[in-house]
Amino acid sequence: MSEITGAQSLVRSLEAAGADDIFGIPGGAILPAYDPLMDSSIRHILVRHEQGAGHAAQGYAAATGRVGVCMATSGPGATNLVTPIADAYMDSVPMVAVTGQVGASMIGTDAFQEADIRGITMPITKHNFLVTDPADIPRTVAEAFYIASTGRPGPVLVDVAKSALQSMTTFSWPTELSLPGYRPVTKPHSKQIREAARLILEARKPVLYVGGGTIRSGASRELKVLAELTGMPVVTTLMALGAFPDSHPQHLGMPGMHGTVAAVAALQKSDLIISLGARFDDRVTGNLDSFAPNAQVIHADIDPAEIGKNRHADVPIVGDCREVISDLVVALQAEQDAGHTGDYEQWVSWLAGLKKRYPLGYEPPAEGLAPQYVIERLSKIAGPEAIYTSGVGQHQMWAAHFVDYENPRTWINSGGLGTMGFSVPAAMGAKVGCPDTTVWSIDGDGCFQMTNQELATCAIENIPIKVAVINNESLGMVRQWQTLFYNERYSNTNLQRHGGPVRIPDFVKLADAYGCVGLACDSADDVDATIEKAMEIDDVPVVVDFRVHRDAMVWPMVAAGTSNDEIKYARDLAPEWEEDEL
Amino acid sequence: MSKHTLSVLVEDQPGVLTRIAGLFSRRGFNIESLAVGPTEHEGISRMTIVVNVEQSPLEQVTKQLNKLVEVIKIVELDPTASVHRELVMVKVAATTETRGQVLDTVQLFRAKVVDVAPDAVTVQITGNAGKIADFLRIVEPFGIRELVQSGMVAIGRGSRSISERSLRPVSVPAPTAASAVGS
Repeated sequence: MSEITGAQSLVRSLEAAGADDIFGIPGGAILPAYDPLMDSSIRHILVRHEQGAGHAAQGYAAATGRVGVCMATSGPGATNLVTPIADAYMDSVPMVAVTGQVGASMIGTDAFQEADIRGITMPITKHNFLVTDPADIPRTVAEAFYIASTGRPGPVLVDVAKSALQSMTTFSWPTELSLPGYRPVTKPHSKQIREAARLILEARKPVLYVGGGTIRSGASRELKVLAELTGMPVVTTLMALGAFPDSHPQHLGMPGMHGTVAAVAALQKSDLIISLGARFDDRVTGNLDSFAPNAQVIHADIDPAEIGKNRHADVPIVGDCREVISDLVVALQAEQDAGHTGDYEQWVSWLAGLKKRYPLGYEPPAEGLAPQYVIERLSKIAGPEAIYTSGVGQHQMWAAHFVDYENPRTWINSGGLGTMGFSVPAAMGAKVGCPDTTVWSIDGDGCFQMTNQELATCAIENIPIKVAVINNESLGMVRQWQTLFYNERYSNTNLQRHGGPVRIPDFVKLADAYGCVGLACDSADDVDATIEKAMEIDDVPVVVDFRVHRDAMVWPMVAAGTSNDEIKYARDLAPEWEEDEL
Repeated sequence: MSKHTLSVLVEDQPGVLTRIAGLFSRRGFNIESLAVGPTEHEGISRMTIVVNVEQSPLEQVTKQLNKLVEVIKIVELDPTASVHRELVMVKVAATTETRGQVLDTVQLFRAKVVDVAPDAVTVQITGNAGKIADFLRIVEPFGIRELVQSGMVAIGRGSRSISERSLRPVSVPAPTAASAVGS
């Protein structure tokens, strides 16, 4: 077997693992790997900041279902990946991060650009490796891709010492891996499925509580069959939007802090919650002690540690969501064939009433542009085949509310970690993964200023994303809390100079400076024409500065730490959903 | 709160101790005692971890531990069906007047003198936590100059081994470029 360098072995390993696209930035310790990368079939996209590389890999993975790959050098290059790695860990995104490390003999000496990235990322990776022997490179890369993409997906970091990249070695891709401590269970236990089916038939007020696991496992088709077979109402969490069509009559929307009244009520008043790849996050449950007090719980998840973590599970099911749902369909179909069906009629009609009485909506402002209107029109014009990414805050919630999602993997956001600045690089990654799909980054002006340097990457690498900046000149969600809970004292949430006529920065000029097309829109009359114009441009990235009024708020809302029973439909307006209506 | 003893089989890899200790502290658990050493299988280490927690948070931390790729198996040892031992070495002040009494205590507890100096003896004692506490209470009045204690090690009674079933080799196909295509 002919000898090659560790760096060549690394690149061949990445090719063998199926990496087609890598987002990264070279630097001292990873430099040897960038030489063979030049001759590789892998497309390397040179980003402007490693955080952009990480979020791009996440966007790529979320849009395609494949492992996203990012690469950085040691020290600051690696620490700049920490936020995306933590984000991918929270949202179960399959990602492999490859970092250079100082030479093996220098490790532990506080060498130039040395940081213990393996130690730093231990709590935020599914697994991580430090490679100092070049012979270990192929097996380590194979294990990293396997671990990242199987079971509950997550980020895996491979830190490779520069000395290992520079030494000579031989390459052989393993055919088998031996991981005695890693055996994810995907096939659900039949006894648990039977028990779940029994509870579903007995329940009078069941609800399918659908989480991001249904997207990661590709279970949308099976989910639709299950919902239609039983007639049970469906709520989809922020991470699951698109797993079940928004247009479907059984869909009640998103539950949680900014959930619809019907979705929050469906969980809160339920007698049986069927949780599918969801994790009873605090943003969904509100105060846990008063959450869904009369509900039994069937909790299906591929990660046994999620089951019973926050809420006791009456029927725990460990397994891949798609397999769990398929097995439930088979079990319930058999019951139905034997004449056993659930009786949910009263429950379904009560919820339908709530859905009708308390739809998502907003008050058009007396003057200025409503951000919700912009997003509503964007959804109508770009359509349900487009991919939408978002940052974190008000614009994220409005994008969750006012875009109509019909397909999985068309909504990509930072749910668990809540990372501002996620949107633009995630859109870049999604567009690389799905070049024929329109990708809209819906962003806030606060978020946009954290990562918009990747517009340069998009312009130069021909990644024509579209960015809708929902510009309310402030950190909108924080401002909303200040309005509601801090007596309208707006401490450090204004992103513009008081009373200043000049916008800093001017996003249209910024777009222009980055080689993108910049558009602006500040009236409802121009919204459609502006979006249509942006849709027509397909060769360069487009940035639209939607200058919206700053006092718009996200409703409904369950204030942090309070019970879901305290939901407000609008300010000081509680829905009427007394139990006796049932 | 109650004490629980976990036996954890792990792959003998650099960093695995940090990973496990970090997980405990991150999830808000205090490790009371920890001992690590080799097992009858090459490449496999065994950790004995004593924690003081309620049953339900213990279940959560066990599940989280199980998710660590290098953790092969976790068994909670039933105190009535297992043997627990710690080792203590203690320097007890012993003058010519008191040395006889100290040595009597050593004999009574079936402990062992491992070093002698003109004004002190170093005693080694093994046993469970109760026996060690009793011994220390008796020698304390003579003056304890220095004390060092190992973590607890524990093993189940009977002929069965916790590593019997869990170490069967399992291999999975390595990923390939073809298998990387998304669903």
